[in-house]
Amino acid sequence: MTAITLAKGVNLGLRAAMEADPKVLIMGEDVGKLGGVFRVTDGLQKDFGEDRVIDTPLAESGILGTAVGLAMRGYRPVCEIQFDGFVYPAYDQIVSQVAKFHFRSRGLVKMPIVIRIPFGGGIGAVEHHSESPEAYFAHTAGLKVVACSNPIDGYWMIQQAIASDDPIVFFEPKRRYWEKGDLDEAATPDDLFSSRVVQEGTDATVLAYGPMVKTALEAAIAAADEGTSVEVIDLRTLSPLDMTPIHASVRKTGRAVVVHEAPVTLGLGSEIAARISEECFYSLEAPVLRVGGFDTPYPPSRIEEEYLPDLDRVLDAVDRSLAY
Amino acid sequence: MLTRRIDTEATALQRQGELGIWASLLGQEAAQIGSGRALRDQDFAFPTYREHAVAWCRGIDPLHLLGLFRGVDMGGWDPLADKFNLYTIVIGAQTLHATGYAMGLQRDGVIGTGDPDRDAAVIAYFGDGATSQGDVNEAFIWASVFTAPVVFFCQNNQWAISEPIERQSKIPLYQRALGFGFPGLRVDGNDVLAVYAVTQAALQRAREGSGPTFVEAYTYRMGAHTTSDDPTRYRVSEELEHWKARDPIERVKAYLTRNGVADEDYYAAIEQEAEELAVRLRKGCLELPDPSPLGIFDQVYEETTPELQIQREQFAAYLSSFEAAPGTHQGALS
Repeated sequence: MTAITLAKGVNLGLRAAMEADPKVLIMGEDVGKLGGVFRVTDGLQKDFGEDRVIDTPLAESGILGTAVGLAMRGYRPVCEIQFDGFVYPAYDQIVSQVAKFHFRSRGLVKMPIVIRIPFGGGIGAVEHHSESPEAYFAHTAGLKVVACSNPIDGYWMIQQAIASDDPIVFFEPKRRYWEKGDLDEAATPDDLFSSRVVQEGTDATVLAYGPMVKTALEAAIAAADEGTSVEVIDLRTLSPLDMTPIHASVRKTGRAVVVHEAPVTLGLGSEIAARISEECFYSLEAPVLRVGGFDTPYPPSRIEEEYLPDLDRVLDAVDRSLAY
Repeated sequence: MLTRRIDTEATALQRQGELGIWASLLGQEAAQIGSGRALRDQDFAFPTYREHAVAWCRGIDPLHLLGLFRGVDMGGWDPLADKFNLYTIVIGAQTLHATGYAMGLQRDGVIGTGDPDRDAAVIAYFGDGATSQGDVNEAFIWASVFTAPVVFFCQNNQWAISEPIERQSKIPLYQRALGFGFPGLRVDGNDVLAVYAVTQAALQRAREGSGPTFVEAYTYRMGAHTTSDDPTRYRVSEELEHWKARDPIERVKAYLTRNGVADEDYYAAIEQEAEELAVRLRKGCLELPDPSPLGIFDQVYEETTPELQIQREQFAAYLSSFEAAPGTHQGALS
């Protein structure tokens, strides 16, 4: 067992994937010599060379567009988008090309591309550096979307994503990059597209992913002090959703609160609420509630602590659910 | 002559309602055949959506082109095996794919070996309008800084639907390459032999590992942008007459005849072949099977998702309910 940070977990996972398959490439801005602005690709260019860890020109559409061509040639590109708010120049290549190629070619052309995006707020950054754009991609047929929340998942999930023959948008919670966990490299990881109960409880289910998992767990501890037993599920996979453990949990608790940093309108919480109401209608004691960012652009960082869902806002939603 | 006949037949099929739309290559045959014939088997071509004659050079059955425009598929060929990518509708996106593929060739060690059967190059087709796209400019930068073995083949047909070349550029397009750090040149796009020579040289330069070249094939879109377009709204007939006098097929016929390489019997034989091809195409087009409604679920992913499986099952059950009780549900549909 080794104590590692999330940044290190993803770094070690990338290294393991590159050692396992010479077709795995890393491409992005500052991923080579610098090792990435968050140091997630630290040391990889030194060990695997400039042909496999490519410092690209500064243009996100170019990164994804050339990744498509490399994938057609049999490579497995792992593209880093430096910050969430910089993914939009690549949006056309991701949505029109990466996502659709398998379908258009009747399965003849695979797109084993991973798009890594450090996402979310809470680090006091300037604008365009704190966004949560996951719903755009979860809405797109042909893509799969996952989010890790801790160092251990970071290590395993990045390797599983790279091994997948489908394109995957891989969200990393940047404000949790420095959180630590104990890695057991001999362990057997869960399936990439599975959600996980990370805290068992009986009174209400809180669903979270990425940076909000820690917040949800803290809320569960605080709730326990008040005598409320909260179950927390780390979604891990956003598209496809793994509804089986979610349905099981909600049938048990009768109450569900979905938490994410992204604005609530048409966010993941909306889809999850719909799915829960379709499948667990007679088990529900209260409407599914959503806690998230507001329908505003991400605010200046001095007030981001107010904007972002925190322990108290999660507890407030749990209380409202229990009050029904 | 064969590809022009394919084009004529496809236009006719569209007019008769058998194709949803058709993008004619009329007038651009020399640019496409000249460049397409310069490709070797191991080279890879990334077309836009008008490169029917390049597809012909790659050995793709023109019937496969019709599927896209009829709406039965999105291109019926195997892009990897045929080394001819699917048509790309979003303007310019394929230039980045071509550049990425070329970077793959570099990593595979199949350029600059000196072995003519091994060294490979990539050619990216696009039009004058595409040169305004960010993706095309990004592709130029990528190819330049990585010395990627790619030929950027721009068919400047003077028109991007209704917008003339003057709306895309204040300078001749080929001169843009200089700013990106690689050679650019203009060739008479209606001279098939000149296009062949220039493209072959550019491809060879790429195969040797010397990097990208920009080729501007100066030509003219003699027809409409597509069968949905009406060029009389934006261009004058004198312009078309000017270019008709430079028809690429008439020019090569004149050359061959004058040099005694081909005679009337030869052209008659080609015309006969073209007619047979057109008949086969028409028959094949009408016989193209419609896609299965449930088939759309099967190729979204390499490994499908539970959500998609559920949607497929529910849709299948819904569809089968019509078969079970046609009287009740068909009435509701109509």
